[in-house]
Amino acid sequence: MLTVDGVSKRFGGLMAVDSATLSLQSGGITGLIGPNGAGKTTLFSMISGFVAPTDGRIRFEGADITAEEPHRRAERGIGRTFQIVQPFAGLTVCENIAVGAYLRHAKRADATAKAREVAHRVGLGAELDRPAGGLTVAGRKRLELARALATEPKLLLLDEVLAGLNPSEIRDIIPVIRGIRDEGVTILMIEHVMQAVMNLCERVYVLAQGRMIAEGPPAVVCADTRVIEAYLGHGAAARLKAEGAAHG
Amino acid sequence: MTARDLIPIAVLTVLAALLPLVVTSSPVLNFLVFMLIVALGAQGWNILGGFGGQFSFGHAAFFGTGAYVTAILQLRFGVNAWAGLVLATLAGAAVGWAIGFLSFRSGLRGSYFALVTLAFAEVFRILANAASVTGGAAGLLIKLDVHPANLQFGDRAVFYWLVLALVAAVLLLTRWIQRSRFGAQLVAVRENEDAAKALGVNSLTVKLRAIALSGGVTALSGCLYAQYFLYVDANIAYGSWISVELLLAPIIGGVGTVFGPVVGALTLHGLGEVAKQFAGRIPGIDLIVFGGVLVLAVAFARGGILGLLERVRDRGRGMMARGPKEVSHADR
Ligand SMILES: Nc1ncnc2c1ncn2[C@@H]1O[C@H](COP(=O)(O)OP(=O)(O)OP(=O)(O)O)[C@@H](O)[C@H]1O
Ligand SMILES: [Mg+2]
Repeated sequence: MLTVDGVSKRFGGLMAVDSATLSLQSGGITGLIGPNGAGKTTLFSMISGFVAPTDGRIRFEGADITAEEPHRRAERGIGRTFQIVQPFAGLTVCENIAVGAYLRHAKRADATAKAREVAHRVGLGAELDRPAGGLTVAGRKRLELARALATEPKLLLLDEVLAGLNPSEIRDIIPVIRGIRDEGVTILMIEHVMQAVMNLCERVYVLAQGRMIAEGPPAVVCADTRVIEAYLGHGAAARLKAEGAAHG
Repeated sequence: MTARDLIPIAVLTVLAALLPLVVTSSPVLNFLVFMLIVALGAQGWNILGGFGGQFSFGHAAFFGTGAYVTAILQLRFGVNAWAGLVLATLAGAAVGWAIGFLSFRSGLRGSYFALVTLAFAEVFRILANAASVTGGAAGLLIKLDVHPANLQFGDRAVFYWLVLALVAAVLLLTRWIQRSRFGAQLVAVRENEDAAKALGVNSLTVKLRAIALSGGVTALSGCLYAQYFLYVDANIAYGSWISVELLLAPIIGGVGTVFGPVVGALTLHGLGEVAKQFAGRIPGIDLIVFGGVLVLAVAFARGGILGLLERVRDRGRGMMARGPKEVSHADR
């Protein structure tokens, strides 16, 4: 379904992503992990069209989309959330989600109905008429998810939707993500919460310093020495352990 | 659109239409017509600036284009004034689209976009002041020939009704925008362009549509101005006074709301007139009032007069219900 073929991105002297390759079959949840600054978000931005690769090609359902604009990719069925949440702060939760729903529903009544349905699914049913600017962190993360979901994507790119949530909020959202997968949406998720990665992902890619260093089932990948070294090198192993303890 | 969306527009239009039956003094009617023309132009500004968040400092570019296009078509090509009205509107939309294409394509936003629009208006003013087709510094006089077919009426009230009908039509247009997919996408682009793109919004197309609509409506107001006063020159048509008027009215009244531009134009010119009555000997007193109202609005009423009223209403309701604050952005 999605093929990322030797894609690179250079920011001045920094190779944020260095000929990364990734390939997704239709269906299932795939994780993308890696230490801070590994280039995960940059890779997402290239897949969704916000950042143009310096090199490499991206294909979606057989079509080369490397040079396509973000809105065209959304039309094709690539949905994304933003790590730094980007709500339409002046609009209500319902209006926020409706913007996504309008992609496939031209009529206001249909788009609003779709928005409500999605809001209930992600647990925002009670906040429909609240201004999005007034939501809590957890609420904003849910809103990111809801808006992307309202575009009825085939491929959903989730950028740390669990970051900043407390353990009970994470426990609430995990079944929602699983439910989306069960409907046939292919999910690629960046996640630091390892417990969730272990729980949700069938496969994991590991990015470190822009390079794809490992790929496979989560349990195998986490035992991989290159992966452990990549994290330890950045002093992140301790943080991961601490997170594991906090959420475990 | 539902009945609830349409009734306020219908009621206000009918009430305003009854005014000339009560008020017959020419100066007052002149004032009302002028104020409605400003309101119409401000409605145009509000489509792009209010709903689209693209603040233009140079809407004179469209106002002037509307005024000159109808005057030139009538004088130099013998085109009928009604046809001139339509063509002036289309010309304004085309100029809007062109300015939008040049600035949005190159990614200009915020103050850069504002400055570019200002520059366009100034360039047009200088060109119109120099070119012969626009009558140069002397301007153009539209031939006085009172006949409905020439869009010139013996009774000022008829022109008032015409402008009022167009203001009402744009109120409906604005309400439709607010309730449509196009409007939702336009507001989304205003709030966060990247997020909108990720949701499949073609932000360039949406902004171009908005600026074309905006330019068309404001050009229509410029055309009516020329047609009412039968005269246009570069400093009237493309002068910064009108750019300022068109952006002040929505900001005072309530930016990005359906009625904001009309409320703002009414308030500004109403207060300006009152000030002139009481302190007419002080030159520029109305401008001082404009400035004062703007300062008050910016300091105390960020959402303009309508935003302020809404907050007061919400607070009242909150006190009565002692419940959570109700949000009704959609009703404005
Ligand atoms: N627009 C940009 N301009 C310059 N450098 C950038 C830009 N975006 C990202 N970078 C740099 O590229 C590198 C990769 O950043 P990226 O955000 O992709 O990492 P990440 O893996 O998502 O990290 P995190 O886990 O902290 O979210 C970082 O060093 C970052 O500073
Ligand atoms: Mg990131």
